[in-house]
Amino acid sequence: MGRTLAEKVWDAHVVRRAEGEPDLLYIDLHLVHEVTSPQAFEALRLAGRPVRRPDLTLATEDHNVPTTNTLAPIADPISAAQVEALRKNCAEFGVRLYPMNDPGQGIVHVVGPQLGLSQPGMTIVCGDSHTSTHGAFGALAFGIGTSQVEHVLATQTLPQRRPKTMAVTVDGDLPAGVTAKDLILAIIARIGTGGGAGHVIEYRGAAVRGLSMEGRMTVCNMSIEAGARAGMIAPDDTTFEYLAGRAHAATGPDWDEAVAYWRTLASDDDAVFDREVVIDAASLTPYVTWGTNPGQAAPLDSLIPAPADYADPAARASAERALTYMGLTAGTPLSAVTVDTVFIGSCTNGRLSDLRAAADVLRGRRVADGVRALVVPGSMQVKAEAEAEGLDDVFRAAGAEWRSAGCSMCLGMNPDTLSPGERSASTSNRNFEGRQGPGGRTHLVSPAVAAATAVTGQLTAPAQL
Amino acid sequence: MEAFTIHTGRAVPLRRSDVDTDQIIPSEWLKRIERTGFGAGLFSQWRADEGFVLNDPAFAEASILVAGPDFGTGSSREHAVWALQDYGFRAVISPRFADIFRGNALGNGLLPVQLPAETVESLQTAVEQDPTVEITVDLAAREVRGAGLVAPFELDDFTRWRLMEGLDDVGLTLRHEELITGFEATRPGWLPSAV
Repeated sequence: MGRTLAEKVWDAHVVRRAEGEPDLLYIDLHLVHEVTSPQAFEALRLAGRPVRRPDLTLATEDHNVPTTNTLAPIADPISAAQVEALRKNCAEFGVRLYPMNDPGQGIVHVVGPQLGLSQPGMTIVCGDSHTSTHGAFGALAFGIGTSQVEHVLATQTLPQRRPKTMAVTVDGDLPAGVTAKDLILAIIARIGTGGGAGHVIEYRGAAVRGLSMEGRMTVCNMSIEAGARAGMIAPDDTTFEYLAGRAHAATGPDWDEAVAYWRTLASDDDAVFDREVVIDAASLTPYVTWGTNPGQAAPLDSLIPAPADYADPAARASAERALTYMGLTAGTPLSAVTVDTVFIGSCTNGRLSDLRAAADVLRGRRVADGVRALVVPGSMQVKAEAEAEGLDDVFRAAGAEWRSAGCSMCLGMNPDTLSPGERSASTSNRNFEGRQGPGGRTHLVSPAVAAATAVTGQLTAPAQL
Repeated sequence: MEAFTIHTGRAVPLRRSDVDTDQIIPSEWLKRIERTGFGAGLFSQWRADEGFVLNDPAFAEASILVAGPDFGTGSSREHAVWALQDYGFRAVISPRFADIFRGNALGNGLLPVQLPAETVESLQTAVEQDPTVEITVDLAAREVRGAGLVAPFELDDFTRWRLMEGLDDVGLTLRHEELITGFEATRPGWLPSAV
């Protein structure tokens, strides 16, 4: 019987297999940031252990960093201490770090791909659930906790139970105006926040093949929001073209050898998935979330659902609670929901193509009065590239704020937060209660919808402008 | 890691599904570089509401959390597990756990016990009716007992052994260091280095 992409990558990394025990997997790349690593480094120090492979470990500062006045010391003393701890740990253990203001700094899941470090067939981990992003390259990439960060630092391996496999096949072509973000929101709405639990999802089909690498990263990024262990897309010419010439990609005969291997990774025709879901791309329209988990999403041109629409009692109670928290009334059009804030950025939608999509909508238009619009590039390199194209001018001319790179308002660990009761349209990945600041209300949207919403002050698709 | 064999204690019902780790421990708490002291932040946004179940004095001594499905979704923050343990929980019972949370819990000796939704519902109802009822989570026998119920749960032998012995994974893995070194010798030269 043939094997799936996930199974091939898994099998190629088994260091030890023993009956009844988890497989011991080798880890090709370990990405590190300031929030989930300090306790892991401290544990190494206490045990007198080194980092086994500093050359396969890369750190960046992203979650805590301010996105304004970045040359000044970090004002929050606790954030400052955490960033300082990362700097000390990286210096002590010999780990390469991209600190604030470095041209290589950025969100960890934007930095890995832009350097060409995230490659097909690799195993990639990070103490961050959105590590699934790197699955866009056909890597097996997943988030881990701090004890596992310690484990990988010490051993470059991780004991893992073999996950189940799930195919999400998106047939046909995405209609004009429907983006990768809309696609993944629609997938999560369909399978639910626990739909992928215990599985690695492989996204397949013509609509997925038609996505750019950046679009594929958006899709794989939110696999965790469907509960999946990881999300993957088989590497193809789009992948190889993206990687060729990047700083850490192979060259010459090594490159040819790598590509030849990568071409063998696609799931075999006779491979069997534990679960299969098929989605018709042509049926999709721009999606937004209305509730407090990413599965509570609906087409932007639909009505806010009623709890009574749900047969499952847990889903009904969850919808009821979500509507109360969000301050919304069932039956009202989603397009009538007004927002105070628009956030464009994050590891989901903070790459150059995302900023271009938002700028295309905002060019020659103005952010509505009373709406605060933040544009936060995913990395300093994305920032530089956007500025070289004049996108920063487009955003500023429209009345949006152009910031420095970081996670920013995606999770509100830095000063970029919502105030209680404030409502955002956000290109990030989580609409949990208080995610963007205590009492804040979040609607997840694509960059194009975020930009159109900034113009009108209510949830809007660009086609409606 | 603290070993887990059997635990008997009171339980608190949390009748919510999709309890994400942002609710268990909000991000403002993640700036700390210590591994202890997170109990004060456990469910801090929900605890601001007087009516929240953890504020009910009847459940003050609870050491077992009985929650709705899809517990621990979202962020990989292990701080969620540290917060639950620091607050005094030894086990969480739910019809389904998010994968990363489950792994983090097993790595720290907080037992995630998966039981059918109807059993969880019965347990919640029982402790709501009598908060003093004691529940036993028996890892050796792989069953939950109490409130008139005996409910078996699944956990693989290896993980159960590791928990009952209180062994940490790093020590176990380093026993196989020669295999790791051997594997490294076979890695293709074109794989990237972060340096």
